[in-house]
Amino acid sequence: MTSLEDKFEESKRLGLQIVKESEEDRLMTLSIGPQHPGSGHFRFTIKVDGDYIVYCDPDPGYVHRGEEKMSEYRNFIQNIPHLERPVIHDSTNITYAYSLAVEELVGIEVPRRGQYIRAIASELNRQVYTLYWLAIYGIFLGHSTMFMWPTGDRELFIDLLEALTGARVTHAFNIPGGVRNDTPDGFKDRCIRQVRYFEKRLKEYEDIFYNNPLFRQRTEQVGVLTKEDAIKLGVAGSVLRASGIPYDIRKAEPYDIYNEIDFKVQYMKTGDSFARSYVPFLDMKESCHIIEQLLDKMPQSGEVRAKLQPNPKGPPGEAYRRVESGRGALGYHIISDGTPKPYRVKISVGSFRNMLALPFLLVGQKLADMPSVYWSLNYWPVEADR
Amino acid sequence: MSSNNNKEEPKKPAAAPPAKPSTTKTTAPAKPATPAAAKPPAPAAPKPAAAAPPPKKEPEPPAFEKGLVDEIKKKFGDSIKTVFIRPLRIKIQVEPRDITEVATFLRDSMGFDHAESVTGTDYPKDGQIEVTYHLGSYSRDDLGAQVLSLTTRTNRDDARLPTLINVYKSVEYHERETFEMLGVYFDGHPRNERFLLPEDWADIPPLRKDFRIKGR
Repeated sequence: MTSLEDKFEESKRLGLQIVKESEEDRLMTLSIGPQHPGSGHFRFTIKVDGDYIVYCDPDPGYVHRGEEKMSEYRNFIQNIPHLERPVIHDSTNITYAYSLAVEELVGIEVPRRGQYIRAIASELNRQVYTLYWLAIYGIFLGHSTMFMWPTGDRELFIDLLEALTGARVTHAFNIPGGVRNDTPDGFKDRCIRQVRYFEKRLKEYEDIFYNNPLFRQRTEQVGVLTKEDAIKLGVAGSVLRASGIPYDIRKAEPYDIYNEIDFKVQYMKTGDSFARSYVPFLDMKESCHIIEQLLDKMPQSGEVRAKLQPNPKGPPGEAYRRVESGRGALGYHIISDGTPKPYRVKISVGSFRNMLALPFLLVGQKLADMPSVYWSLNYWPVEADR
Repeated sequence: MSSNNNKEEPKKPAAAPPAKPSTTKTTAPAKPATPAAAKPPAPAAPKPAAAAPPPKKEPEPPAFEKGLVDEIKKKFGDSIKTVFIRPLRIKIQVEPRDITEVATFLRDSMGFDHAESVTGTDYPKDGQIEVTYHLGSYSRDDLGAQVLSLTTRTNRDDARLPTLINVYKSVEYHERETFEMLGVYFDGHPRNERFLLPEDWADIPPLRKDFRIKGR
């Protein structure tokens, strides 16, 4: 039998153009996104050696809009509508932290009823976001039902938010000093009815998706992020909680009325893709309880927002306030120089922080596991780009 | 949708700003100079720490936070400048040459185990750029709500700082963003390069104050 070397010699002698493959030839560079259906407006370059990913480099910025720079040109109130653009599906939460920071700078006290309505709106909005995320996760893994169900059930909360705020997706509902308007008639009953229905649906989600052996095989023990690494990488939100750290801003640093609400921080210890996808689901369940409590405890009457001067401004200073959004801690660092426009606005978002975990987790994985790892990071490209 | 929106919000806070902008807008083109002149006093204020903002809050710095600052001061003495101590928020300022050492101490001895964000702020009046590391803790429960702002300032014309990537891995992308948005070069950072901006970006770093949005 001729050896491989001999064969090459033979082929050379015969004048055949057969060349041996070099090490580099084995690596193939793939560009995931920015037009990939699952990636969002985000690209990352990976190199694969056969089936395995050996290199990953995120390349964000396709939807960078300069929100931070734009904020410096508008006053504190004008900033609200454009600041919610990074995550229109979670627009109440992203303006929540902004409102808290401006309130601290300007020195506004929010009426109690306003605080409750705010919290209700942000919990409803978190559900909207998580359902949207779950829908994409489902279709990304080839589970069409899990795309359609959450997309349909999302309408429950969108309808509630529409009744509350007047808009379906971009609400601009939180403003410094409270919320834009009061709850409509019969909101409480409707809200409780729809939330209870949704709780029943969650059971079905669990049966068809989370307990699906195929889904489990694709996610369990895939892309494990240990507790130590999670801390080192400074990840946020469900990614952090899936790695065994029960950290939730609502509990760690309760804002508004969250210290009056009884809830548990949902977390898991395995740190794999399954945990990262299951923690948001547990959060949705817990959020249903929170909404019911908020509706029960909400003062029946009263102001929903504090009186604001037309062009609010405060003394020079700075504030850093955080809320728990659908993607983890979301903070605003606002520096004011005493004028009605902020001097500098920094938006610190969970997505941007979780992006660091992407190359860390992907290298060493099989290419087929890329979708389950990538989207389990709860990464929202538009938010990361700002 | 939007008509519905407008119907429901003819109330003051929403209606007032649109009225105001017209005034601000007309003055805006002329103003840039004045705000710029008015702004720096704010950043400068932290230095005479007791001057402008603190008076209402400073009188009784919360005990826990003060304890943390005292611990840092015990180790580093006067090289640590306390900018403010408020409930759950501490801001300290250090010289660039000390920052790595201070950050290592904060991580190893104080339990601030990750950086949440890195912010740069341009102060053209002082000729400086302030870089702020927001540090938090996941491993110590009592620090969960604390955010420690570790700040340092660098010369605006030759903005260079040592990187903290060896202390806090989590600053990698944040520092890279600060590099491209404010032009602060982080010595020792493996990739001081383009991140969010377009590849063919050929202007000054956009978050510097002398960069103006077109038409504004």
